[in-house]
Amino acid sequence: MRGFLSLIAVLAIVLAAWTGALATGLRWPLAVLLPAASALVFVAGTVRRVLTWANSPVPFRIPVTCGQQASLPWLQANRFDNPATTTCVVVRMALEVLLFRSLARNVRAELGPARLVYRDAAALWAAALAFHYSLLVVVVRHLRLVAEPVPALVTALASLDSFFQVGVPAVYATDVVLVAALGYLLSRRFRSPQVRSLSLFGDYFFLFLLLGIATTGLLMRHVVRVDLVSVKELATSLVMFSSPPVAASLHPLVFAHLALVSTLVACLPFTKLSHMAGVFLSPTRNLANNNRATRHVSPWQDAVKVHTYREWEEEFREKLIAAGLPVEGRGDHA
Amino acid sequence: MPDPRPSQPTGVDYGRTAGPARRAPLEDARVEFRKGNFSYAAPARTSALLDLPNPRDWQPTDADWKLPANWKRIILDGMAERLRRYRSFRLFMDICVRCGACADKCHFYLGSGDPKNMPVLRAELLRSVYRRYFTLSGRLFGSLAGARALTEDVVKEWFYYFYQCTECRRCAVFCPYGIDTAEVTMIGRELLNLVGCNINWVVDPAAKCDRVGNHLGIPPHAFKDSIDFAVDELQEITGIRVEAPINRKGAEVLFVVPSADYFASPHYYTLLGYLMVLHEAGIDYTFSAYASEGGNFGLFSSHAMTKRLNAKIYAEARRLGVKWILGGECGHMWRVIHQYMDTMNGPADFLEVPVSPATGTRFAHAASTRMLHVAELSADLIRHGRLALDPSRNARWKVTFHDSCNPSRAMGLLEEPRYILRHACNEFHEMPENTIRERTFCCGSGAGLGTDENLDMRLRGGFPRANAVRHVRERHGVNCVACICAIDKATLPTLFDYWVPGVEVAGVHELLGNALVMKGEKPRTTDLRGEPLGRPQASGDRPSDPGTSGRSDAGHVP
Repeated sequence: MRGFLSLIAVLAIVLAAWTGALATGLRWPLAVLLPAASALVFVAGTVRRVLTWANSPVPFRIPVTCGQQASLPWLQANRFDNPATTTCVVVRMALEVLLFRSLARNVRAELGPARLVYRDAAALWAAALAFHYSLLVVVVRHLRLVAEPVPALVTALASLDSFFQVGVPAVYATDVVLVAALGYLLSRRFRSPQVRSLSLFGDYFFLFLLLGIATTGLLMRHVVRVDLVSVKELATSLVMFSSPPVAASLHPLVFAHLALVSTLVACLPFTKLSHMAGVFLSPTRNLANNNRATRHVSPWQDAVKVHTYREWEEEFREKLIAAGLPVEGRGDHA
Repeated sequence: MPDPRPSQPTGVDYGRTAGPARRAPLEDARVEFRKGNFSYAAPARTSALLDLPNPRDWQPTDADWKLPANWKRIILDGMAERLRRYRSFRLFMDICVRCGACADKCHFYLGSGDPKNMPVLRAELLRSVYRRYFTLSGRLFGSLAGARALTEDVVKEWFYYFYQCTECRRCAVFCPYGIDTAEVTMIGRELLNLVGCNINWVVDPAAKCDRVGNHLGIPPHAFKDSIDFAVDELQEITGIRVEAPINRKGAEVLFVVPSADYFASPHYYTLLGYLMVLHEAGIDYTFSAYASEGGNFGLFSSHAMTKRLNAKIYAEARRLGVKWILGGECGHMWRVIHQYMDTMNGPADFLEVPVSPATGTRFAHAASTRMLHVAELSADLIRHGRLALDPSRNARWKVTFHDSCNPSRAMGLLEEPRYILRHACNEFHEMPENTIRERTFCCGSGAGLGTDENLDMRLRGGFPRANAVRHVRERHGVNCVACICAIDKATLPTLFDYWVPGVEVAGVHELLGNALVMKGEKPRTTDLRGEPLGRPQASGDRPSDPGTSGRSDAGHVP
């Protein structure tokens, strides 16, 4: 139901943009105002969100340790899964952000006839990695729309990406991977009873949204063949903060694509997509496990009442003396 | 004879987790408190002893929980305050993508099949309320954005599920963002604490720790009796009379152990082991009757209570004038000592960096907190050849090691105990990789849940651990699970009796004590349990008194 609603929502965005593209008066707001506004929302929202996180204190150093601590010199410490220094923390974070280290540990537990069994579950990790990296390549490839001359890196990446030379114009490998990975991530939200039960509207929505973005993009490249010159003209002026002409030749698909991307970008700071920034700030990952070697100072302290030794001895003094235990009070004991 | 025990938890089918396909689990907050799946509430009297807010007499099974009139305001203000004070809490409320990697990592989910025991949904219990009152999207879009209103049913649901989490952090190992359900549960329990919803087996031990010094409320003279008894018994076994002073000023080391070590079985044999090792190593130490508890039941209640109880250790170290502190085998105690003590009650600049008098090793990794784990001390002693060991004295044990949650996932104390076991025992077998080290499974009874009334849920939660033990029992004939946690020692025997009978639980220092050849000892005929040396144990033979080993914890009165 939530999945279905999400699909409807994405289709509604496409339909609205398409209809708008057909109305002359709405073409400029849709092609210029909407992307500009969403970019603004994205920047302001992300700054605000990150500042909120960064301004929340980290009162305790609470790394989750995933390997042997650095204790006795002759015991081999696990430097990156249980980092003791800042350098090792940087490596741990790099492994986390670039290779999704923790997700790579994933196994699936199943209750067999007589026991629990653990099966390999690398598919989620592989799909997540495939999705994020292909999205990165796709975003980098889009730079050719805003940069003149097109940077050599972008051209090289694009030619590498179309290495297999299938179709005209050549199909980008990352496009295929992106759609396949999204398809997998979406399908498991329907197939797996566990994941289905924990998925919210937003979880389906962003997957459908990304699929929508990919689909409209693919249609523009391989089916409709939009007027690339006017697209580039529009994109270049947008990033230069100038108000561009919206060419009459622009296909409604461009508007749909832009509307979907604008939605994604605007939602980024306010939804689960903020994990993009948050992953760097997680105190269970980005702190060194050197707790006993270096004191961590909290910016605040709870004022607590402590039952002091004096109060304690006051209550138990007779019993302490009777048991032959030393006491401080009364002066009858040195 | 037919085995009366089920081979797996009854009524669990992960395939049916979702329930009716169209219904999200969070749409219905109602929970059913049944015999065996919850812990009793803390009464007004004990709550008042610790100055806890809104103390009253109530039980989870009551229809009316007698929440204070402005309970909603209290909770929402409490949330706002904690969002300001903890980046962890705010971040974990914001960034979860619900990928589900954590879903089947929780022992309570694996044992109960209850979807809200999936760590992601346990966090959503709070997150949904956070969205409704603290985010724009939640206010605007309500349930579509995963937001829901805070109702009395939600409070009951929180109580049910935040006291169905042992703060073991296994899910956090697998989470791509390191979202730590222990943080969420701790905050959830603090919020419940504000409206006077606490469980007795957290508040009562905390109150006793506060006033008397340990969680069983053992007064100082009884504590001394217990230690003296251990010294006598050790003399009987080894012929050597060791020193075990209490509250002695001028000792070099303050030794703090979980109180179960001197009052419960099989913990007690570990205490004997400590006394032997400290004697052999010539450590000049003292116990304290004022700070006679390493375990910190405050951790299961609130950060403030953690600090309040933990403060006694440094205070006592200062009063006694010791140079450094040694800590015994305990799980959550070490979470507090390793990750909280120095920050909460430090700096310990009145102490010195721990140095082993026997080996000269300077323990630089404890240079600030100045507290050493006894397994670190012993491993160093063995490494330097300062302990003569005869592993054949443990011949009746085929041993495996159960990593306790906190030493493994909040510290990384993995190899020290293994190093000791490999030197103290001839047969040591690891459980499967997915169930040890940082992936270890909780006993299912930690974080204050080890009560008799909660037994059904404990046995379910302990199922994944027991399942791995059964694997090595069948494959290698393992009959002894060694561990370094007092709650494990108290609750694993019950668990194994149910799931995998014939497996005993022992502290690492018990097995080390068995193997330790003391200078000048008399010919040893028995191990620390009084069993004849070297006799391989027959399956199902239980030498320890079932009357004590089967209980959740000595002295616990529900």
